[in-house]
Amino acid sequence: MATTIDDDQQGGINRRDFIYIGTAAFAAIGGAAAMWPLIDQWNPDASTLSLASIEVDLAPIQPGQAITVLWRGKPIFIRNRMPEEVEKAKAVDVKELKDPDAEVIGTANLPATDANRTKPGKEKWLVMIGICTHLGCIPKGQSAGDEKGPYGGWFCPCHGSAYDTSGRIRMGPAPRNMEIPPYRFVEDTKIKIG
Amino acid sequence: MSNESIASVTHEPGSFEHTYQPKTAFTRWLDARLPVIRFAAHFMAMPTPRNIKYVWAFGAILAYFLVVQLYSGIILAMHYAPNSAIAFDSIEKLMRDTSYGWLMRYTHVVGASLFFFAVYIHMFRGMYYGSYKSPREVLWMIGVAIFLCMMATAFMGYSLVWGQMSFWAVTVITNLFSSFDSIYPGLGTAIVQWIWGGFSVDNPTLNRLFSLHYMVPFVLVALVALHVWALHVVGSNNPTGIEVRDVKKETLPFHPYFTTKDMFAIAAIAILFAYIVFWMPNYLGDVVNYEPANPLKTPPHIVPEWYFLPFYAILRAIPSKLGGVIAMFGAIVVLFFIPWLDTSRVRSCRYRPIFKWLFWVFVFDALALGYIGSQPAEGSWVFWGQVFTVYYFVHFLVLMPLVGLIETPSPMPESIEDDVKRKAKSTQPQAVPAE
Ligand code: HEM
Ligand code: FES
Repeated sequence: MATTIDDDQQGGINRRDFIYIGTAAFAAIGGAAAMWPLIDQWNPDASTLSLASIEVDLAPIQPGQAITVLWRGKPIFIRNRMPEEVEKAKAVDVKELKDPDAEVIGTANLPATDANRTKPGKEKWLVMIGICTHLGCIPKGQSAGDEKGPYGGWFCPCHGSAYDTSGRIRMGPAPRNMEIPPYRFVEDTKIKIG
Repeated sequence: MSNESIASVTHEPGSFEHTYQPKTAFTRWLDARLPVIRFAAHFMAMPTPRNIKYVWAFGAILAYFLVVQLYSGIILAMHYAPNSAIAFDSIEKLMRDTSYGWLMRYTHVVGASLFFFAVYIHMFRGMYYGSYKSPREVLWMIGVAIFLCMMATAFMGYSLVWGQMSFWAVTVITNLFSSFDSIYPGLGTAIVQWIWGGFSVDNPTLNRLFSLHYMVPFVLVALVALHVWALHVVGSNNPTGIEVRDVKKETLPFHPYFTTKDMFAIAAIAILFAYIVFWMPNYLGDVVNYEPANPLKTPPHIVPEWYFLPFYAILRAIPSKLGGVIAMFGAIVVLFFIPWLDTSRVRSCRYRPIFKWLFWVFVFDALALGYIGSQPAEGSWVFWGQVFTVYYFVHFLVLMPLVGLIETPSPMPESIEDDVKRKAKSTQPQAVPAE
């Protein structure tokens, strides 16, 4: 059972075509499969993914004060807001906001009200990831003397993004509100982040 | 050079016949097996327009800086520790304790700056004399690819210091990719975490940047080889922009005429290089990078090295995150297309009465963007950044195609020879190669 010259000339499917196509398909699929580990090795590794959660004691933070803690290599802003700051944050109409989403990690389409960005009964505590959603600088506003920007919350000096007292973007190039990490109150003045 | 060596050149257009004759038994033996010497002889005899100016020496100057960066970099890597806990200290130790460590580092730092200085002159030269036009499109495009690779390399190298500016430059630039979140939610974040190898810029990020900073320069070497190959196929452009018609009258072999000229130019640049390395090594850098990286504190004013400033200004000019990223990369990508955006058939700005001025306006625009990039993104700087960014694109996308159609070129010489003779008449008689 030999392939005759006629087979080739007639343009019919012969064994050589089959071998070409088979080889090309093998190389393409095999190549793609071999590429995946090369790409995936750049992803966060197991030890990074399993980074433990942290507990933070809020008791020493006086009204109007703020602290910064590190979680997963990211700064977490914790602010004990003054009543007027909370009022100001609540008074904002969500429709006016540049980003109407609450940006609470693990939720979707939650309106960006101040209530949604805090825990019920604990509205004075704002716990959020202190990273500007523009290009990742750390906004000013944690220390007493810092410039807080026109909305009284935080101001990112890198490219001029201004956040309100709920950490929502109000002005400048940043597209989104600063994110709220997963956390819960384990005691009245103690939270667990992560 | 003696007349005989010129006379041995044939009159065929396009190339000098190479005249390599192996003289010893060994070279004859080698020539029959691997004709490298023949190749080099042929290569170095490339017919080069005799009217090119010193701005044409910047190609050779760039080759010199590539070699300087490679050898100084390989030495730095022998002392550098790519681990976020000790990277900064390893460089301080190199600077203080290692014999001549400071010299190795400053050579690499200042070398990078002058490398960019040279590449910008080289590119502006190409723009002024229309060196990107047919048949040099591929040559030009490989050049743009080289420029991109240089920028990637320098950016990654700067990050290795792991100072405050390194850390925050990496943070800001890698975060550019998070703008893809506005195309498909989560996509940008996934890309950024993949680049970081974590949830923030950290040790895994530093390790991969080091590996790539070592690797990309060798890609650069390969691209430079292609660039020079393409140059040998189409030949050098010249200040008239007119193609060579008569190889014998209008060109000289690259070696020894232009090797000598280029060596002289390299020597001049090397003096400047040494001056900066020894007397003002930190002048071009930012002091903030002598502070170790601190992920909890952003410096009040993040600025890249001077050679990135115009692009940084474009990035910041656009009020939308994705828009800024697109504009910044677009500013480089547009360069790939200028061989087709320029509709004028005249290459050299010497004979383009309108575009000549627009060229200088563009140079001014680029410098202005550079200055704006160094200023805080506040007040009127934002506005001016937008004005000059718009002009940057208008230059390439509107003026280049339009002016080529409406401009009447000024009278041009018949040929390079004609131009050279006219010049010779107006000054004193010059040596003419044997006819
Ligand atoms: C295209 C060529 C290259 C360019 C433009 C370049 C550019 C740079 C720049 C701008 C820095 C930061 C300097 C500073 O502020 O201290 C740097 C650092 C460094 N480069 Fe390169 N580089 C090149 C090639 C190489 C090569 C081939 C190596 C070999 C491994 C290398 C190894 C290093 C090391 C170890 C550092 C960190 C030490 C230091 O910053 O002094 N570079 N490079
Ligand atoms: S990183 Fe905050 S405004 Fe750009």
